[in-house]
Amino acid sequence: MDEIEALKAALHVAARPADPAAKAAHLKLAAENFAQLHQESAGAKRPMSDRPSQAGFLAGVRRMFAQLSTRSILAATTSAAALALAVVVILPQSPSPNLTLPKLEKPVVPDLLVPELLAQEPTASTDAIASTIAPEADLDDGRADATVVEPEPALTLAPAEAPAPAPASNRAVGKLAEQAPADATALGGAVQGAVADSMAASPAATLSEAMPVPMPDPAYQTEPDTEAFANAADNPLKITADSPVSTFSIDVDTASYAIVRQSLMNGSLPPADAVRIEEMVNYFPYAYPTPDGTQAFRPTVTVLQTPWNPDTNLVHIALQGRMPALADRPALNLVFLIDTSGSMEDANKLPLLKQSFRLMLTKLQPKDRVAIVTYAGSAGQVLAPTAAGDHAAILAALENLAAGGSTAGQEGLQQAYAVAATMAEAGEVTRVILATDGDFNVGLSDPEELKRFIADKRESGTYLSVLGFGRGNLDDATMQALAQAGNGQAAYIDTLAEAQKVLVDQLTGALFPIADDVKIQVEWNPATVAEYRLIGYETRALNREDFNNDRVDAGEIGAGTSVTAIYEITPVGSPAQLSDPLRYQAEAVASTTTELGYLKLRLKAPGADVSTLIDTPILPVVAEPGEEVRFATAVAGFGQLLKGNAFLKDWGYGDAIALASGAKGDDDFGYRAEAVTLMRLAQTLSGE
Amino acid sequence: MRMETPDEDLARAAALGDGDAFAALLARHYDHLFRLAFSLTGRRAEAEDLTQDICAALPAKLAGFRGQSRFTTWLYRVTVNAAHDRRRRAATHMKAATGWGDWELDRQAAMADEAEAQGWLMQAMAALPVDLRDTVALTLGEEMSQAEAALVLGISEGTVAWRMSEVKKKLRAIAVAEDL
Repeated sequence: MDEIEALKAALHVAARPADPAAKAAHLKLAAENFAQLHQESAGAKRPMSDRPSQAGFLAGVRRMFAQLSTRSILAATTSAAALALAVVVILPQSPSPNLTLPKLEKPVVPDLLVPELLAQEPTASTDAIASTIAPEADLDDGRADATVVEPEPALTLAPAEAPAPAPASNRAVGKLAEQAPADATALGGAVQGAVADSMAASPAATLSEAMPVPMPDPAYQTEPDTEAFANAADNPLKITADSPVSTFSIDVDTASYAIVRQSLMNGSLPPADAVRIEEMVNYFPYAYPTPDGTQAFRPTVTVLQTPWNPDTNLVHIALQGRMPALADRPALNLVFLIDTSGSMEDANKLPLLKQSFRLMLTKLQPKDRVAIVTYAGSAGQVLAPTAAGDHAAILAALENLAAGGSTAGQEGLQQAYAVAATMAEAGEVTRVILATDGDFNVGLSDPEELKRFIADKRESGTYLSVLGFGRGNLDDATMQALAQAGNGQAAYIDTLAEAQKVLVDQLTGALFPIADDVKIQVEWNPATVAEYRLIGYETRALNREDFNNDRVDAGEIGAGTSVTAIYEITPVGSPAQLSDPLRYQAEAVASTTTELGYLKLRLKAPGADVSTLIDTPILPVVAEPGEEVRFATAVAGFGQLLKGNAFLKDWGYGDAIALASGAKGDDDFGYRAEAVTLMRLAQTLSGE
Repeated sequence: MRMETPDEDLARAAALGDGDAFAALLARHYDHLFRLAFSLTGRRAEAEDLTQDICAALPAKLAGFRGQSRFTTWLYRVTVNAAHDRRRRAATHMKAATGWGDWELDRQAAMADEAEAQGWLMQAMAALPVDLRDTVALTLGEEMSQAEAALVLGISEGTVAWRMSEVKKKLRAIAVAEDL
């Protein structure tokens, strides 16, 4: 049979009529929109971002979406940003573009291919992908997609296109220009800044609906690529005499741990770039000493023997946030803003969300109130503000939620804030909790405006937290950006156990922030510490001068949560010292004190503009570490093993398992037991 | 009564605010709309989302219908553009490929005869670049003439003819590869 005829016949066989229920719903939606339109002034509503007849402002916004609304594009843009920055650094030394090309190639084509397509017909698929990219680039005037296809345009496009209105990005780029090649961590920070910014510019996340639930999730094939540039190279060893000061922002995100877990559970080692050690360490709750009196934080510094090197020490820095008495907590007004768009239909989205909120209800107090707003096509309030004690009404409203329709995120947000405003009373905490898979693709006017809107509402006392359902990276960025603007946390709920952790066990911390912009600076004493390296926090590096600059943003911490940072230090005179002393430099610094270094913390009270300083010397007392410290160390070691870190020498998964197993503590929720399981899986998978 | 009224008249009435005319018009074309959406996307769920997007936006869009072309041409153009935007916005290349990739999974699960035809379809569609796929959806899926398809796509008839010859070439390449 003629191929064309065959294709035609096949198309007709394949086309089955629409589902009657969907049809009815769609027709109803159209009728509603029609009625609404003809009540209002015509043309006011634009529920679908279709090509506008006039170019201009909207077109600019669309361009940002086009660049950022997919994982693949995100990867491309990210790498473009990374490239552009990398080139700034590299060119003076070596103008060869070869250095940069491999980076670009890696995230773009092959890894994004759907595996089964590749397996099926390698040549045809490759062809399809290549040509799929090309025509799109034509149609789009070479906007986003051109960065995928052509390396050279990417270099020129990226700086011009990466929308960088916020000062953070300018700072990041400026920083890079100043510091040039010397500081690899600065590069990481700068790239992250630029990337975060361009990501923040687009809440138009569309996600994982491409991945049907039952099959092994190919997101994990693509994840590393989109994450790749969110992770800078491992922090290098620093020589104290050369650069005695180490500055970074705290990080309370835990997404990396979830990725590592899913990857291992799916039977493969996570890609090294997906591992962010500090996020793994900070995933776990620790019972660190709690602050006295009115202090928001208590730092605890422990110096211990390095498990993987007998000649170095670890300096374990723990910050424990204050836990306000639960009974005294102010009443909570929660507005759940629930995405019920079609993409939320997957089992790990809306159904999981319902389960999660059920769990959360048990943690609310009778004085709290709950309202539910949904958005899909058009926004609507499905539960008027209701006392949290009225479980029946709330559960009934939750049960009635059904996925369907496209997403009108902004409209939903506005309505949620309007509901929140009616609930707010003096002395209460009002918070909108957005639950979404990040599909903010319809009805959005301007991402920057959306962020500003959220930030304004934060000023007026309504905060925003974001819960992600279903995984994906752009999602991550958008949600982080929104939550950051709303002074909240972004968390991922991928399993009911994770819902339990985020919404039940750690609910208080997630809902009541106690400190903003928390930064850490350690000045090492060159007389006692020859070399040091910070384990993890690669993407959180700050400039030394940023520490005292209150305008530089940093991480926030919720009530009762803790943050851990670990340095590995080589004492002066230790055989482990890797760098030789220099012949022509001044003699070793005269020792005026035996302190190893000096720890400084800066943080702001929630909503405050001016930071306060907490400082403490790091004393050279090597202690026998407690369970909490040992466990954190084991996780840090585990993370380094996954990243393939050379500093660990022959210390392996077996050692990490032994260390972690002996330090599980109470482990009420089983997180640590789970971590040991993951270590065992990694041990098996690595063939150790 | 309404059912006999030409599309274009209904569309003009709807643009002026006649809700019944709008409902009749959409009901008349919904199934075509859905089928085209399916041909364009390759996935039922995706086709449903796309159809819904279009249904939601249609009342506002209708104001832009000038009656200069046939209503179906206009509607299909709206659909193709919406699919194009959605594809770009959503998961551009990946989803465009996965749609038909999921299909391949379905195929393997399904029974032999029809499944074989579908598998071939999937393979063929996945091998085609997006613009060729759109053209196929209109000319083969909707059995439009090349002139009509050209109107919908906003390209010349010659380009449609050329695209279809490209499609033929690619399909033949697949057939050859299969024989090997």
